[in-house]
Amino acid sequence: MADVLKKVPVREQDPKVRATNFDEVCLGYNKDEAVEEAQRCLGCKKAKCMEGCPVQIHIPDFIGAVKEGDFAKAYSVISESSALPAICGRVCPQESQCEGRCIRGIKGEAVSIGKLERFVADWAREQGIKPAAPAEKNGKKVAVIGSGPAGLTCAGDLAKLGYDVTIFEALHKAGGVLVYGIPEFRLPKDGVVLPEVENVKSLGVKIETDVIIGKSVTIDELMENEGFDAVFIGSGAGLPKFMGIPGETACGVFSANEFLTRNNLMKAFDEKYDTPIFHGKKVAVVGGGNVAMDAARTALRLGAEVHIIYRRSEEELPARKEEVHHAKEEGIIFDLLTNPVEILEDENDWVKGIRCVRMELGEPDASGRRRPVEVEGSEFDIDVDTVIMSLGTSPNPLISSTTKGLEINKRKCIVAAEDTGATSKAGVFAGGDAVTGAATVILAMGAGKEAAKGIHEYLSQK
Amino acid sequence: MFKIVKAEQLSANVYKKVVLAPRVAASCQPGQFIIVRLDETGERIPLTICDYDREAGTVTIVFQPIGVSTSKMVDLKEGDYFLDFVGPLGRPSELVTDDFEEVKKKKVIFIAGGVGTAPVYPQAKWLHDHGVECDIIIGARSKDILIMEEEMSKVGNLYLCTDDGSYGFKGVGTAMLEKLVSEGHHYDLCVAIGPMIMMKFACLTTKKLGIPTIVSMNPIMVDGTGMCGACRVVVGDEVKFACVDGPEFDGHKIDFDQAMKRAAMYKTEEGRRMLAYKEGKTHHGGCGNCGGDK
Ligand SMILES: Cc1cc2nc3c(=O)[nH]c(=O)nc-3n(C[C@H](O)[C@H](O)[C@H](O)COP(=O)(O)OP(=O)(O)OC[C@H]3O[C@@H](n4cnc5c(N)ncnc54)[C@H](O)[C@@H]3O)c2cc1C
Ligand SMILES: Cc1cc2nc3c(=O)[nH]c(=O)nc-3n(C[C@H](O)[C@H](O)[C@H](O)COP(=O)(O)OP(=O)(O)OC[C@H]3O[C@@H](n4cnc5c(N)ncnc54)[C@H](O)[C@@H]3O)c2cc1C
Ligand code: SF4
Ligand code: SF4
Ligand code: FES
Ligand SMILES: [Mg+2]
Repeated sequence: MADVLKKVPVREQDPKVRATNFDEVCLGYNKDEAVEEAQRCLGCKKAKCMEGCPVQIHIPDFIGAVKEGDFAKAYSVISESSALPAICGRVCPQESQCEGRCIRGIKGEAVSIGKLERFVADWAREQGIKPAAPAEKNGKKVAVIGSGPAGLTCAGDLAKLGYDVTIFEALHKAGGVLVYGIPEFRLPKDGVVLPEVENVKSLGVKIETDVIIGKSVTIDELMENEGFDAVFIGSGAGLPKFMGIPGETACGVFSANEFLTRNNLMKAFDEKYDTPIFHGKKVAVVGGGNVAMDAARTALRLGAEVHIIYRRSEEELPARKEEVHHAKEEGIIFDLLTNPVEILEDENDWVKGIRCVRMELGEPDASGRRRPVEVEGSEFDIDVDTVIMSLGTSPNPLISSTTKGLEINKRKCIVAAEDTGATSKAGVFAGGDAVTGAATVILAMGAGKEAAKGIHEYLSQK
Repeated sequence: MFKIVKAEQLSANVYKKVVLAPRVAASCQPGQFIIVRLDETGERIPLTICDYDREAGTVTIVFQPIGVSTSKMVDLKEGDYFLDFVGPLGRPSELVTDDFEEVKKKKVIFIAGGVGTAPVYPQAKWLHDHGVECDIIIGARSKDILIMEEEMSKVGNLYLCTDDGSYGFKGVGTAMLEKLVSEGHHYDLCVAIGPMIMMKFACLTTKKLGIPTIVSMNPIMVDGTGMCGACRVVVGDEVKFACVDGPEFDGHKIDFDQAMKRAAMYKTEEGRRMLAYKEGKTHHGGCGNCGGDK
């Protein structure tokens, strides 16, 4: 009999093997494992876990159905609250959300809610279960800008309500960060993301790629000339930050976005594709979030020795626990309490090293985390030929600067009401990273849902 | 999919395609660029907009095959398609966006180098259409690679030069500029577009002559929307993203040497791909270096 205090282990690719390929790391539960894990759920009346889920999936109900082997029912319970369960089950930071609140977690390990959600969603996809057919068209047109989780969810919900929805996407492929940022080994593109996009299309949503709102056409033009009654902005937070230290424009210094886009969207790891990527021998990734882990593990798979350079300690790493754990298993070296001060260049302006200082943790700062302070005289160099900056991103000003009357805040985020997504401009709604700054898939999805409701209410009154 | 409605060879090594792209044609301005992708495995290739016809919904691009992607593009015929054609990207030329009363007062000289002649055309044409006269120097290595002489002569006073003297003035574009200035011509603004090395020397000359100069930078790009930072250029003491802050910048503030080094960043990788492409199936492998025999 398995230990009820522990999760049913999930099968994964062996770290040594997976460090050399881009296939998915986690293989997920099979039916028996899923049912066994579901048995661990106590089916709490006041389910704490639900409080931790930003879209309040009815967790005890869906897990209860899994327990009984009724996966179709489990899927329909999840679908009431989430449009992208195969994705969220894979990438949600469960340990700080649903699983973080699970009663089971007090004495032992929390129920594997994410893995169960993923199992149910994968099962439904394999069965060919599609979202409910759209209602009759109501003749009203809505434009959705951006095809990330916020845009896809908003578009899907509006189509179900009968709206004529067109998504405009700047890149050549739909999916937002799900296709250009998060790597294949965490979130398979053809296997998982594409079917989700196809589901949205099957509801009647049109997707026009290669259109940059603010450049190809503006929001005002969409509303005035193309007959859109409302607009949802889900343009994300794609603008990468750099540190501003000497040497940062040297050859061999990349933003994580560039490195990941070359590899994920442009598939540079595959010889058949024309886009090049630099195969470093020794790579430093600066930062400690999910993006840093993804860049590091990608560089590792391209054959490099990889160092993560992060100025606080392991406890403060903002990445999901699972990512850090996987990265370590694969052989990523963590240089913690370390901060870069300069990138060293050779005579051809190529990176030859990174100069760092050691840090120690002082008093807590405004974010509640202990502030790292420099240890005097602790400068040292690490030899590397590549540096990947992964310091976070902010919203791109392209839309806000070309739309009349759209209010933004100091951080360049679009100001929008939390419950409806309404912005300062009539008929224009927004949500996801464009409003909150870089956050999570599930929050973006939740915002897309709220905005769909907000738009429906707005257009119903009009 | 974006249909090629016209394909033409302009000179020994320069090609033109006119592409049906109504959204781009409706909103583009001189100075902006587009990104094309040939097929599913293709890379994103930035190219400057050389002309546009708002009514027909077409945009013209002119390019020189130098690597795998641009070489593949040569073969596309009339009636073929680009898988992707996105834009307009970047900011329009300041000649177009600045207060016209100020622009009108300026005497502008364009210096176009090689394939850089094409992006100069819409700017000169825009001035011409707005009743502003300009001078244009076109420089090329030799006569057979000089392009767009006829179109250009209709929109400005044309000065042609070739390095080998096979046509027009013998010498580079900047020598022509110095000659014009020494003959008493006065210029308030120079716009220099061409290979990075040519723009560097144009800027050295105009600095000496005291002529403010705009250049169009063409660093390596991926998305062209400000998302990746590959296109970073150093302008004065600031780092700019050429795809959203440019591509046109004050040439006197650009660190060209660094820009040229960054442009060569993927040289080995590109060379490897080009070799594999040129040799195709005859590529025998065995050298162990290029990976083609893997
Ligand atoms: C590498 C990486 C790893 C991550 N890992 C995780 C994780 O494990 N778990 C998690 O929950 N979150 C993770 N995140 C964060 C998460 O992906 C984002 O919070 C989420 O994708 C935001 O969704 P969105 O729809 O708001 O925007 P995005 O997903 O950013 O989508 C925005 C889309 O809009 C398009 N767009 C932008 N401007 C325009 C325009 N002017 N016109 C037309 N289209 C435009 C963009 O091209 C893009 O496709 C990660 C992010 C990155 C970068
Ligand atoms: C804003 C802008 C406008 C441009 N306009 C024109 C134009 O009108 N006509 C024209 O012929 N060329 C233009 N270029 C250059 C053109 O994009 C490159 O020649 C092309 O991408 C080379 O691709 P390749 O695969 O054929 O060659 P490769 O062998 O891959 O590269 C050859 C060289 O081209 C440059 N290059 C490669 N990939 C890119 C890339 N993705 N982005 C930018 N540069 C790259 C590098 O310096 C490289 O060393 C422009 C570039 C930019 C950024
Ligand atoms: S959506 Fe995310 S937070 Fe909600 S139950 Fe699923 S994994 Fe947990
Ligand atoms: S808190 Fe844990 S045990 Fe209780 S219902 Fe939620 S998942 Fe099940
Ligand atoms: S090309 Fe990616 S930011 Fe400019
Ligand atoms: Mg190339």
